Amino acid sequence: MNRRKFLKIAGMSSLLGVGGFSVANTVRNELEASQIKSSPAALTAKRWAMVVDMSKFKSPEDYQKCIDACHRVHNVPTGSDDPKQEIKWMWTDTYEHAFPGNEDEYLAEKVKHMPFLLLCNHCDNPPCVRVCPTKATFKRKSDGIVMMDMHRCIGCRFCMAGCPYGARSFNYRDPRPHIDESKENPEFPTRMKGVVEKCTLCYERLAVGLEPACVEAAKEVAAKNGTTPGLIFGDLEDPNSAVRKILDERFSIRRKPELGTGPSVYYVL
Amino acid sequence: MYNGGKIIIGILIFLGIMISPFLLTGQKSTAIPDPKVDTPEILKMPETERTCVESKDYMKREHMKMLNQWRDWAVRDGLTIYTSKTGKEYTMSLQKTCMKCHSNKSKFCDECHNYADVSPYCWDCHIAPKEKET
Repeated sequence: MNRRKFLKIAGMSSLLGVGGFSVANTVRNELEASQIKSSPAALTAKRWAMVVDMSKFKSPEDYQKCIDACHRVHNVPTGSDDPKQEIKWMWTDTYEHAFPGNEDEYLAEKVKHMPFLLLCNHCDNPPCVRVCPTKATFKRKSDGIVMMDMHRCIGCRFCMAGCPYGARSFNYRDPRPHIDESKENPEFPTRMKGVVEKCTLCYERLAVGLEPACVEAAKEVAAKNGTTPGLIFGDLEDPNSAVRKILDERFSIRRKPELGTGPSVYYVL
Repeated sequence: MYNGGKIIIGILIFLGIMISPFLLTGQKSTAIPDPKVDTPEILKMPETERTCVESKDYMKREHMKMLNQWRDWAVRDGLTIYTSKTGKEYTMSLQKTCMKCHSNKSKFCDECHNYADVSPYCWDCHIAPKEKET
């Protein structure tokens, strides 16, 4: 065999090899992609949003019920005395802290001390997503949920610095020993030491056709109080959705809209 | 051969050191893993339905890739239903699907993983089913 012949054969066979490999790969991916779909029962929307109607919550226990429902469903560690170790997906804070820059000198005393129910705002333009170096936190294109992929989080905490709402908590320690084992939800994972977590708008419940845990708890609270629910959940881009109907009628505020993040959680008093 | 004796002694010492780990631990060879699939959940099913998501061979060889794929589809793409080769539909979930049948993590997962000395980090977060002490 001369040099020319050898190069010809080598060239042809490597071409065949590369070509064959890529063809085989595309076929395989197509096969796999055709095997999956979302559940037909899943709740879908273009952009999920929540309205918190403060007038429907009568007592601190009412808020606590929503918070507890969320934390129980997602195996969030509770009962920590050390505020630095606190993990929160949903919490309450005063008007002054929730809406800084909007405080008036003579704000109604009632509003001043109202415990506003706070959670991740699932921003339209989320700064946490922009700063995440591993894309562990990302915005779902299908419905606008700002998601966490715990498998990818490296615990750099850029997102915590980026989030203007303080919606993110870092696991400084292993959360497992701080979750009541008798109350844990065996259908949802916990987190591990060194990852950041936050509200995921109950993506796992939406996927099987259930409303978020806090919304469900708010309905129970409403039934007890004899009012309509204080948490309303729906599609912001659907003009007939429950959230849009309320926003059409009532004056609403959002947290720090001047930052341009486009929060999806609205508050009506 | 020049310095033949020294060379041969040297080779013997070298071989002795190289095979010493085998000689020292060789007596207690590790038991071949024997993952158990006789959980109550599986035994409850009729014999004909006792199949995994895909064939046994495929699962043995590819379960780690499949779990990675499931993870990406479920977490990142929000797709939760997997249709197997046989046309049966499964929810893509480690805790809700895999471990519902394989409720014996220590005898099913750990058995091989320990033998192969791999330590997947699934259980740092995912909750393993409670196993009854036997």
